[in-house]
Amino acid sequence: MNSDSQNRLEELIVREVDGITNEDEKNELKNLLEKYPEFEKELLEQKKLKEVSSTMKIKNPSPEVFDSYWVRVYNRIERGIGWIIFSIGAVILITYGLFKFVEALINDSQLELIVKVGIIAILAGLVILLVSVIREKFTIRKSDKYKEVQR
Amino acid sequence: MNKNISEQSLLELSKDGDKDAFGMIVKIYMERAYFSALALTHSESDALDLSQEAFVRAYKAMHSFKTEMKFFTWYYRILKNLFLNWKRDNAKFVNNSNEADEVLFESIEDAGYRLDRDYEKKELEKILWDEINSLDSQFREIIILKDFQNYSYQEIAEMLEIPLGTVMSRLYSARKKLKDRMKVYYEQ
Repeated sequence: MNSDSQNRLEELIVREVDGITNEDEKNELKNLLEKYPEFEKELLEQKKLKEVSSTMKIKNPSPEVFDSYWVRVYNRIERGIGWIIFSIGAVILITYGLFKFVEALINDSQLELIVKVGIIAILAGLVILLVSVIREKFTIRKSDKYKEVQR
Repeated sequence: MNKNISEQSLLELSKDGDKDAFGMIVKIYMERAYFSALALTHSESDALDLSQEAFVRAYKAMHSFKTEMKFFTWYYRILKNLFLNWKRDNAKFVNNSNEADEVLFESIEDAGYRLDRDYEKKELEKILWDEINSLDSQFREIIILKDFQNYSYQEIAEMLEIPLGTVMSRLYSARKKLKDRMKVYYEQ
């Protein structure tokens, strides 16, 4: 059997099992089954399987699930917006605070130079680490096989 | 809001950020969304969580939604991607044989069944459900979309982003595999 005939036969079996074949398709299926009788058993067995699955359905959850469904989605949307605004505010304040701290540190005449250098080095190191992690995240995202997957 | 407003108008309004309009879209599709997520996750709580999160992602991405598309087809792709991430992140905890399987399906009432036959039928349904859950995910997904959620072949093709011919061959293969696994129970 060539692949076209096989594909057509499989398609007709699927449609017949689902009970949607028209008269022309029924005749075509009959002819193909006469030609390839080994598929007749397959059709009968798949029909039998469909008989069982057609008496089953996925169980409904309790009614409250759908009563509060939209409210929960709405809350998530609202909280998402809240978090974005909160994060922007936090980044602004932390950046400003760090800037003022470094400025005060540099202007502090009582603090020894070596301590100033040490603190500034720690802060500079933290900023570089942060930038590096963020850059890595972006690089991975570009080459990630799951890049089409929403995070 | 006008109750007779069309789904198309609701989608247009949602694209402009109208939460009430999007809320009506959610109410139209929430059951389908929940059942689709349930078919993927096998867990009521995860299905609820994932389907709701997918609506949140959909709302945020509404600007990129093309209104000539079917909303649910687009939504399902978001849900599926979200599920793949969830599965990857929870690989250690995702169990193939699901603890909640027994509560995830029920029989459609059939007054014609005798009691003894009814017991056999329920046993067979339970076995069938277990076997569906043990299929490869692509086969399980297509069986549930077609046989349990009654989507058309065309809808399935759009949801899974595969050609119609692939839908037919995958459905055939899935049913064949399932039938082969069930054979032993039929012969008992």
